[in-house]
Amino acid sequence: MSRPKIARKSTSVDMTAMCDVAFLLLSFFILTTKFKAAEAVEVATPSSVSSKIAPEKDVTLVSVTKDGKVFVSLDNEDVKAELASQLNSAAGAGLSPSDIALFKKASFYGTPISQIKSALQIPSDKLTGAALPGIPVQDTAHNELTTWMNAIVTAHSSTGTKMNLIVKGDNIVKYPIFKNIVTSFKKSDQFKFQMITNPESVPNGTDLWRKYMKGEVATTE
Amino acid sequence: MAEMDTSGGGGHKKGPGVKKAKKASTRVDLTPMVDLGFLLITFFIFTTTMSQPTAMKLNLPKDTDKPEEQNKLKESGAFTMLLGKNNNVYYYEGQLDPSASNMKSSTMKQIRDEIIRKKRSTPEEDLMVVIKASDESTYKDVVDALDEMTINDIKRYALVDISDVEGQLVNISDTRGK
Repeated sequence: MSRPKIARKSTSVDMTAMCDVAFLLLSFFILTTKFKAAEAVEVATPSSVSSKIAPEKDVTLVSVTKDGKVFVSLDNEDVKAELASQLNSAAGAGLSPSDIALFKKASFYGTPISQIKSALQIPSDKLTGAALPGIPVQDTAHNELTTWMNAIVTAHSSTGTKMNLIVKGDNIVKYPIFKNIVTSFKKSDQFKFQMITNPESVPNGTDLWRKYMKGEVATTE
Repeated sequence: MAEMDTSGGGGHKKGPGVKKAKKASTRVDLTPMVDLGFLLITFFIFTTTMSQPTAMKLNLPKDTDKPEEQNKLKESGAFTMLLGKNNNVYYYEGQLDPSASNMKSSTMKQIRDEIIRKKRSTPEEDLMVVIKASDESTYKDVVDALDEMTINDIKRYALVDISDVEGQLVNISDTRGK
């Protein structure tokens, strides 16, 4: 009796399908990755043990650069348009409809209200924090951020969006500037805000660390 | 010697003497390409999740002039931090006496020990840390001080404006410390 021969199968697998999957995933990740927008306003943030991730939607970001200039940026275009008309009616910014269109495109604002119109003419590739004077907050009498904040709050409530107020300050900014910003928040009835920080690990042996060890608080909130 | 078949192909049949061109396999080993693909995927997954900035929350109290709405705090439970220049921190417990003899100097790195000591020696409901930042202190100092509250699990703390006397004291100590 002769045994039937077992056909010898090749051990090499067709890799094409796997390759397809790999590159499909790769392109998916590349396309969905939001690159951090090249920061026109450079800010080196301090670090904290907070592990809460900063909100990304409907954000009102108040950034303070190391030379103490204050900038405001928003991400929602509807709110921006509403803000422009608020600034027109409440602060007399005098923006024409074409200015408002530019205002909607602008990524951040950092001028006294009287100069918004001229600053909008600066092409976006030349628009950097250094080119703008910043929103004046130096003294309580001329704290224009209060005007901005009031307009922003109204713009959010009239478009029905929730406002996420975030402060992003540079390490070496002097405290009085921060205090003036906080004062303007209080004046426009904004009592809750968040501060952008770099994540930092909890020092061992501290009370918070013990809490984490016991599992009382989740490390990622 | 091998000869190249330059005839247009197609139409006419090859004679019996013409050799058939050897068919090379078109299959390529795709394993390295798959490796590369997954390597890049891993890279992108890691870089996307890592770069998210975190934020710390701060709730402000509403300014009020009415004394009955203001928070009272026990003198024994009060711990005041004064933030000065160059990460200097000055602190005192209870009230500052007129001669400022109970004001001690420290730094942002060493203040934690003092906070822990105070926390251990005070009943929890009495403990209140008051942070007063001077005009010379930086935003980083303030964030560090607030962070210190989170690290040491202090329930009650407040960011308060510095008084003139305290401001001058911090200035004097800052210049003396140099």
